[in-house]
Amino acid sequence: MNRHLLSAADLSLDDATLILDTATEMAQVSDRTVKKLPTLRGRTVVNLFFEDSTRTKTSFELAAKRLSADVINFAAKGSSVSKGETLKDTALTLEAMGSDAVVIRHSWSGAPVNLARIIRGSVVNAGDGTHEHPTQALLDAFTMRQKLGRLEGLKVTIVGDILHSRVARSNVLLLKTLGAEVTLVAPPTLFPRGVDSWPAEVSYDLDAVLPKSDVVMMLRVQRERMGAAYFPSAREYSRRYGLDVDRVLALQDHTIVMHPGPMVRGMEIASEVADGLRSTIVDQVTNGVSVRMAVLYLLLGGSESAIGSAEA
Amino acid sequence: MSWVLKNVTLYGEGDPVDVALHEGVIAEIGHGLSADEELDATGCVLLPGLVDLHTHLREPGREDAETVDTGTQAAAVGGFTAVHAMANTEPVADTAGVVEQVWRLGQEHGHCDVFPVGAVTVGLAGKEMAELGTMADSAARVRIFSDDGKCVSDASLMRRALEYVKAFDGVIAQHAQEPRLTDGAQMNEGVNSSMLGLAGWPAVAEEAIIARDCLLTAHVGGRLHVCHISTAGSVELIRWAKGKGWDVTAEVTPHHLLLTDDCARTYDPTFKVNPPLRTQADVDALREALADGTIDAVATDHAPHALEDKETEWGAAAMGMTGLETALAVVVQTMVTTGRLTWRQVAQRMSETPARIGRLEGHGRPLAVGEPANVTLVDPGAAWVVDPAAMASRSRNTPFAGHHLPARVKATFLRGTLTAREGKPV
Amino acid sequence: MTAASDRPVSGDLAAARPVLDAPALSRVVDRMAHELLEKNGGGADVVLLGIPTRGPHLAARLAARVLAFEGLTVPTGSLDVTLYRDDLRLKSPRALEETDLPADGIDGKLVVLVDDVLFSGRTVRAALDALADLGRPRAVQLAVLVDRGHRELPIRADYVGKNIPTSLRETIHVQLSETDGTDAVLLGPAGSAEPMRVAQP
Repeated sequence: MNRHLLSAADLSLDDATLILDTATEMAQVSDRTVKKLPTLRGRTVVNLFFEDSTRTKTSFELAAKRLSADVINFAAKGSSVSKGETLKDTALTLEAMGSDAVVIRHSWSGAPVNLARIIRGSVVNAGDGTHEHPTQALLDAFTMRQKLGRLEGLKVTIVGDILHSRVARSNVLLLKTLGAEVTLVAPPTLFPRGVDSWPAEVSYDLDAVLPKSDVVMMLRVQRERMGAAYFPSAREYSRRYGLDVDRVLALQDHTIVMHPGPMVRGMEIASEVADGLRSTIVDQVTNGVSVRMAVLYLLLGGSESAIGSAEA
Repeated sequence: MSWVLKNVTLYGEGDPVDVALHEGVIAEIGHGLSADEELDATGCVLLPGLVDLHTHLREPGREDAETVDTGTQAAAVGGFTAVHAMANTEPVADTAGVVEQVWRLGQEHGHCDVFPVGAVTVGLAGKEMAELGTMADSAARVRIFSDDGKCVSDASLMRRALEYVKAFDGVIAQHAQEPRLTDGAQMNEGVNSSMLGLAGWPAVAEEAIIARDCLLTAHVGGRLHVCHISTAGSVELIRWAKGKGWDVTAEVTPHHLLLTDDCARTYDPTFKVNPPLRTQADVDALREALADGTIDAVATDHAPHALEDKETEWGAAAMGMTGLETALAVVVQTMVTTGRLTWRQVAQRMSETPARIGRLEGHGRPLAVGEPANVTLVDPGAAWVVDPAAMASRSRNTPFAGHHLPARVKATFLRGTLTAREGKPV
Repeated sequence: MTAASDRPVSGDLAAARPVLDAPALSRVVDRMAHELLEKNGGGADVVLLGIPTRGPHLAARLAARVLAFEGLTVPTGSLDVTLYRDDLRLKSPRALEETDLPADGIDGKLVVLVDDVLFSGRTVRAALDALADLGRPRAVQLAVLVDRGHRELPIRADYVGKNIPTSLRETIHVQLSETDGTDAVLLGPAGSAEPMRVAQP
């Protein structure tokens, strides 16, 4: 039975802990001269990216290659997909070529779920629309545990465009499972209706939340949101919700600053903060490879998957 | 050929009788009747032929999804003797030529009467009024006008349309959807949309238009029909307008009486529909309103789509679901078995009132001697499982696949001619 | 989801009979330490790498003996071979154990792999592959507490605590106080457990 990683909600506490523990061992491979393991030799992983994302694609590609899997990069943009081929046809084509797993990035929420219904192999959600990005949440949790030594009881503040953020959704679900306490901060326009039902606190006041936070995660805010009247100007957004040098002074000594990237420097985060000592932004990129190695190993390394959801 | 329906109860009331159909009318009601063909209707309920205010037949333009022929066969299977064909075809039914073509196709195939709905605006573009009077005067005798699929969002244009159709007793059937509040909308805005990351279609986008249109209707003394209302708030507004004595009617679809936006959690585009499936609280309010008469009619919003338009990502999929063949059974499940409606009230909400709103003659008439023999025979005890592959519709996008439904249409007669029997068109 | 142990302790432990008790096991480790020193002329550049779960504990015991006998501190470490195993696809993926090499690494060193039971030889094969990715030792030797026979690869141990001829149906349970609370080697009776050899695909 093949399983999938479609949502952070697919992961139990045991699953998530196993992934993080496995990633800890995988991380050592990155420090070695020979950065390669034979584990997935002969397996084929397809990177199916319907949306540009060099960093996520590269991270998955590196993870698969370090485990010796064959990697096919299928950039759906500019391929037959843009000529009207459906997700279904693309999936069946890839499967006919013998892929064991498909890592999918898609601009429509739920596309990985639709894909998982079509193909026999495992599906890994590498970000779907404004829905989820479970491996990002895993690498964020890994980074928090690495820097702060625990996740249980950690106070995590996520700031920014919650409404459109797949990173926020996956983090809320995963951190809940791992026992952290999440507070979401944004202007009211950038929360979805229904956020009250999420397992997280909601606040409009960044300055009130910062001193209590162990982790501050800043999300990218796209400038095009201004056109849709979510907020009046970059300057006002930055003033009320940006993490600048003054706000960093309010943080506790141990508090770390995270960002899933790509950043808009000067908008949600000041350059000095992004490059500062508290920033884990580079660690997050490094950890992304280890976490994705762990996910691929646990999904594909054996006769059946050790993690994830059998449901699609 | 003449028929006699043996041992049937009219509107599910009283003792069983025989009903003879001859030369297009109900010829005799009594005991021990005989005719060329006999149909044992023991345990069955006889209703006036069902009338649908809201059907998408897709012809002309999308004959791969449905044609007048296949759509009216589906209607007959579902117990309908008349359907109103929505105007959003290709080309749009915004001229006398198109509405007459659709009307003639209905007459030719003979499974069910087809009454075309005329577009309110040219090309459904919401800019210029279509030739409403010409369509009214055409052979199709159009009385219902709608841009369904799109909202007549321009308040001034809506006002003029409501005024203009008074000249020929027309009605504007509004698809209530404020376009700016539903830009890119994919599903009901609420808890589920927040988790699924799908752009929300807020209840207020429907309710704001309904409130405005009720006030416009009052102002010009026109006649408004609100299509497929889906929220508890819409129910309140219709109740308020009716309380004022304004000429406002409303319909609800079977799927909004049964399904909620929990269905979207599967990301199965079969459940993508406009207006979207709402919450259980909305479903409860709609059922109550249909029971107390605030909602006048059940209309299917039968919206067939080709497989490739549904077998895709949610966001890329077409909106709509089929409904003609399951409508009555869903109403029985949600309203009759729960004690909210009697069979006589089902006849009102699915036949008599829709016929009145559409100003139809010969449909929605009483079950009495001399009346047109447009009748539907229902077996209330025949439970069945919905199988998309077994449907008469050309499309398979029913949201009820695998559902166990009570009651099945045993036979449908259009002016005394059998058009469907036991789930199959004749 | 539980991680399948390297050597599943299936079968009926109560029915197993002791082959080595705690004092005997201690004497065996003493002897192995002596042999190691003797064979390597004092053990100057020796590194002891245990294969989890019990290998690292045995490596630590050997290092303690070497320190006691010769006053020499031998670096020890842990080498998890899970990701190099050839039977990965026969079962659900396993949780990884720790890999922890001495600070000075293994390049140019005499690496002694330490494991509790030598059976098919496949674990050692995986360990040799893992070593090749980690560095280039001067030489590699193998120390095992129990050799139960039934090799499937051309591999032999340099230091053997005890040879225990077994049938394929029998099971060997090594218990160490660090992991099991007691020191013993038990031989499970034939038929008391599934055969430990994994069928080849």
